[in-house]
Amino acid sequence: MVASAKRASTMLAGQSLTHEQLGALVHAVAVNRDRAAFAALFQHFAPRLKGFGIRRGVDAAAAEELAQETMLTVWRKAETFDPAKATVSTWVFTIVRNKRIDLFRREGYPEVELSEVAEAADDGESPEQSVSLSQHGQVVRQVMKDLPPEQMKIIQMAFFEDKSHSVIASELKLPLGTVKSRIRLALSRMRAALPEDARV
Amino acid sequence: MTHHHPPADVLFDYAAGTLSEGEALAVAAHASLCSRCAREIAMLEAAGGSLVDVAEPMAISHGALDAVLARLDEPIVIAPRQPELDAETRRVVPKPLHAYVGRSLKELPWRTVGRMYEEVRLPLPAKGPKVSLMRLKPGTLVPRHGHRGQEWTVVLAGGYHDGGVSFTRGDFDAKDASHRHQPRVDDDGECLCLVVLDAPLKLTGTIGLFVNPFLRI
Repeated sequence: MVASAKRASTMLAGQSLTHEQLGALVHAVAVNRDRAAFAALFQHFAPRLKGFGIRRGVDAAAAEELAQETMLTVWRKAETFDPAKATVSTWVFTIVRNKRIDLFRREGYPEVELSEVAEAADDGESPEQSVSLSQHGQVVRQVMKDLPPEQMKIIQMAFFEDKSHSVIASELKLPLGTVKSRIRLALSRMRAALPEDARV
Repeated sequence: MTHHHPPADVLFDYAAGTLSEGEALAVAAHASLCSRCAREIAMLEAAGGSLVDVAEPMAISHGALDAVLARLDEPIVIAPRQPELDAETRRVVPKPLHAYVGRSLKELPWRTVGRMYEEVRLPLPAKGPKVSLMRLKPGTLVPRHGHRGQEWTVVLAGGYHDGGVSFTRGDFDAKDASHRHQPRVDDDGECLCLVVLDAPLKLTGTIGLFVNPFLRI
């Protein structure tokens, strides 16, 4: 077991873990099927995932089912986690997003799998860039903290409450164009904050 | 290198998880051929990750961890097997589409529509948009038509011109109810597209009323 995973897994529940600690825990689950590391991930994520589900308007039992099913997928798919591409929180977000669609909408959600040709054709591709891609989570998180409330509101309604931008427009009684331009503004703030070689 | 991308708000809806399965399939197919959109989506998913970080934790019921731990060794329900596809299909069809296409392009049950194109409808939930692969011969001129809803096209092979704009492999062409258009397939080869349609098309010319192959969609 990775030493940092051992340290992290013995931490008290409720304490926040760093991205590095979370990464070490997922690694321990992937490589050693480490149940203590999984338990630490569960303590960290399950209450947040339940909170995430509640925001969507489902009852506590359904939100807890969502949290449990998501964590089960974390265990099963731990070896697909690639620390060069995303932080653990981002990876867990994609799992809970897809699980929510699976459980509540009974649909699949196709994921992007960049073709080798597209990857090779990516002009700025370099090892340095992969490193900066993995920093997305931290950079974007900082940007999110500083977003104007009207942009943050739209992001939360979409990501937490499962509302498309046209539903958001009608609920906030805003023209569709206003919602779209707030989305674009938030995106350009995120882009501008990323290291130049990781920009899109 | 792709030149036409989904609008930012569509990438946003994809990352948030609010698209229908068929719409998500079109975005995933495009982004699998477009590193720019793949990265834009990764950035938006990172925004989702930061929302998980700050989501207000809710007490998990007593025994929930033990319940999950007890399930860790459950046999995993076999994931849908990746279909066996020939080399040509694997080269042309982006990975997110493989399970939906299900078999090699030449073995698909192509249906000829109005002597104009061939079509295979992909298995997706009936409540969502209609999703199909369409195959058109070089030089085909599609009759002028408009849309009652949105039409998203992702070019997988060959290309076409529409209103002087060229669309080739990987390009994402979004049309809505405000568009009338008359695409023409390029002469240099067959054109294969993924088409996601949320309402039937309507032909705009008077001739169209009589030859409208889309009415049978």
